[in-house]
Amino acid sequence: MIKLGFYPGCSLEGSSREYSESVMAIAKKFDIELVQVPDWNCCGASAAHNMSKELALSLPARIIALAEKAGFDELVVPCAACYNKITVTKHELFEDVTLKERVKDIISLDYTGNIKILNVIQMIEKYIIKDIDFKLENKFLHKVACYYGCLLVRPTKILQFDRPEDPQSMDNVMRAIGAEPIDWAFKTECCGAGLTVSRPDVVNKLSGNIVEDAISRGAEAIVVACPMCQANLDMRRPGIDKYLNKKTTIPVIYLTQAIGLATGCTEKELGLQRHFVPVNLS
Amino acid sequence: MSRIGVFICHCGENISATVDCEKVAKVSGFLPGVAFSVDYKYMCSDPGQNLIKDAIKEHKLTGVVVAACSPRMHEPTFRRATAEAGVNPFLCEMANLREHCSWVHEKGDATTNKAIDIVRSLVAKVKRNQALYPIKVPVTKTALVIGGGVAGIQAALDIANTGHKVIMVEKEPSIGGHMSQLSETFPTLDCSQCILTPRMVEVAQHQNITLFTYAEVESLEGFIGNFKVKIRKKAKSIDEKACTGCGMCTTKCPQKKIKSEWEQGLGVRPAIYVPFPQAVPNKPVIDRINCTYYKTGKCKICEKVCPTKAIRFEQEDEVIEREVGAVVVATGYDIKRTDFFPEYGYDKHKDIIDGLQFERLASASGPTKGEIRRPSDGEIPKNIVFVACAGSRDVAKGIEYCSKICCMYTAKHAMLYKHKVHDGNAYVFYMDIRAAGKGYEEFTRRAIEEDGAKYIRGRVSKIYEKNGKLIVVGADTLMGAQQVEIEADMVVLATASIANKDSKDLAHKLHVSYDAHHFISEAHPKLKPVETNTAGIFLAGACQAPKDIPESVAQASGAAVKVACLFSNDELTREPIIAVVNRLAPPAYSTCTGCFLCEKVCPYQAITREEIKNREGNVIRNLAVVNPGLCQGCGTCVALCKSKSIDLQGYSNDQVYAEVAAVLDTI
Repeated sequence: MIKLGFYPGCSLEGSSREYSESVMAIAKKFDIELVQVPDWNCCGASAAHNMSKELALSLPARIIALAEKAGFDELVVPCAACYNKITVTKHELFEDVTLKERVKDIISLDYTGNIKILNVIQMIEKYIIKDIDFKLENKFLHKVACYYGCLLVRPTKILQFDRPEDPQSMDNVMRAIGAEPIDWAFKTECCGAGLTVSRPDVVNKLSGNIVEDAISRGAEAIVVACPMCQANLDMRRPGIDKYLNKKTTIPVIYLTQAIGLATGCTEKELGLQRHFVPVNLS
Repeated sequence: MSRIGVFICHCGENISATVDCEKVAKVSGFLPGVAFSVDYKYMCSDPGQNLIKDAIKEHKLTGVVVAACSPRMHEPTFRRATAEAGVNPFLCEMANLREHCSWVHEKGDATTNKAIDIVRSLVAKVKRNQALYPIKVPVTKTALVIGGGVAGIQAALDIANTGHKVIMVEKEPSIGGHMSQLSETFPTLDCSQCILTPRMVEVAQHQNITLFTYAEVESLEGFIGNFKVKIRKKAKSIDEKACTGCGMCTTKCPQKKIKSEWEQGLGVRPAIYVPFPQAVPNKPVIDRINCTYYKTGKCKICEKVCPTKAIRFEQEDEVIEREVGAVVVATGYDIKRTDFFPEYGYDKHKDIIDGLQFERLASASGPTKGEIRRPSDGEIPKNIVFVACAGSRDVAKGIEYCSKICCMYTAKHAMLYKHKVHDGNAYVFYMDIRAAGKGYEEFTRRAIEEDGAKYIRGRVSKIYEKNGKLIVVGADTLMGAQQVEIEADMVVLATASIANKDSKDLAHKLHVSYDAHHFISEAHPKLKPVETNTAGIFLAGACQAPKDIPESVAQASGAAVKVACLFSNDELTREPIIAVVNRLAPPAYSTCTGCFLCEKVCPYQAITREEIKNREGNVIRNLAVVNPGLCQGCGTCVALCKSKSIDLQGYSNDQVYAEVAAVLDTI
């Protein structure tokens, strides 16, 4: 059994519990133990960087420091925003020693920055994909639109994960479980998450374009790896439908849920009942 | 006893801003052997040089140290001044206080002390300098021109017209280069082929020009005036003497669907082919990778139909050697292909093409006979988008330079399109319009004002396909960075100009330097734009940097003049910085033991063996001898000589050790 550090972040405790459930479900399937970082805090994703740079760095730095203290070499961070913030913090503190000392002082913890941060796709690539053929129970024979969103691949120079314009990693994972990823135009377009409270009309438009392109190219599901993307494309669907002026039924699932379905997890284990747009894929 | 003069230059403020030049001059005056020292604002100026000359005469100086800039800059100047005052020029040395000291350090005592150290070390060296005399070498009055594009053609014709022989090497089956692919040329819209093909024919028919097509330079050895070039003539699989160019073979070849390189993949050609109808020479070659016979061992239809029995399936590559006195590199450029752009779909969309492909579509000799038809379905595009600076001026793409030609050819493309499709819309996304050239600005204005091309200032972030249309998403930065979406039928990317992929290899073969982007470097960006750092090798055209036709031609003529200057001498003088094997009176003859390790390591084959015979005529010793014509003074033999019998003139072990020791003394 492999033991990895796990940082759920607030989304996975609240609006995206099914992401957490499905990550846990497939981890169990593939003999991975995900251990929560003790006493973890918010990464500051949506608000902190607007308030203060030191706060925006200290929040993620504290998470890293706690994970290091707990003795993990690798930390799995499923939420794309958390992943982005934590990785960017690691990078900035690596580049600037004075800043690192200042932040260490603020959080009053030891900090080395040597821990490796994995998003869910990276965790799957590293620990799951090699065993997937053995665990595959029913192939996921669906046309899917892999939607990466903006945070997973950018800024490229810092994240160094997949190619920024037309990423492929999630497509490859989907191929491994028998799905057919479509070639489409909105893989990394913004879903409007930053304006989801203040300007839902903008979200409806941006997310609507994404949903429409996926449907028009024959996708049966949109596969995501980010709680904000999922929430916008799923929860905001009534508004999206109004913008598109038609009723759409394409479900928006996490890639972990797709893997779960292919490896024989139950719908309940994967939290599929929690979606707003019903998921009828099996 | 030496009487050395030390001359400290302020170089305006370049040196004096951080180095206390007066102090350096004063301290230098007390160095052993120094008879005179002085500082002056501009030592390279006329009064500065006179200062040196007068001091040499007045103080009967036996050596000179000029502490100023890099010897690469002004060593010839000061050596000439020294010679004019009656002292051997090789008794003048330069101490580099500018690049090695003042430019790289802050003002302060440490900097001044370092300047003094540098002067002291050169004083120690110059005391051990000996008078040297230039070496004279003959000149082979034949030029090698590498590349048969417009630059190579111009250089070859200009040199040939001065009465000198030229060897032209072109790697493709025909000369003509990229210019032969173009439809019309800016800013006059005259037909590219019409102005180029007569010159191509002139090259082929010129009595002073020997043309090798389908050939590449294998290696180049030697030095200015005396190069030896090996040329690989790739097997054309035909007998060029027997072939009349009748074209029977090309029409009967069963392989007809091979993508034509000359048509940029938009047209097809057979396996035995001439790249285009006006090719020079107009004789075919067999593309062995795609030929049925070479793939399966059967076919030979070309051999059967050839009326003069000119097909030679068994022909092999041939390597020939020629002697040349000068080389003109005119190997041209390439462009980035559409697969370089992830944001524009990695070459996924057939109707996103590059600039050269558009040239073929617009050309009367092209695959569509000059009608603008898109590659996917042959429809005439009603909305066409041109994207300038695709890849250029983009640090994220690794190409920070401006490709220079795209603004103009994009304006030309928009114009040509509007001339052919009157009801169509041509959109141009641009960053800036760089139209600095004679008649250039007027040309781009014409595209906008008279032909109605719609210019949008902004970049294109993304192109994707939707319902058979290409959706071009960009920003209009003159409208507050408003997002613009255009439903296009075809998109032309003005992709970045880049160095040829074998440019780096060629530079290694020729021993010339190249820049970070593999363009071949000129010796000086302003004052030596057609020379390379290797004497006798010159540059013409876009192998040096992106250039348009007028500029390439001008540079080619410049290179030709340089070659002609070189060939106007019967012999050349060379610096005598060469290795020498010591010679002693008999019976020792030399300390050389005759191990000939030096012979093995010499990269220039400059070491020969000399037999020492006694009175009876019997060989008693074999000694190494350096051929002064071939030696380049690299010093490899000096480092390897076990008996310390070889030394480099001007940089002898004695001189260099003295130089180092003088610095170490102070530590």
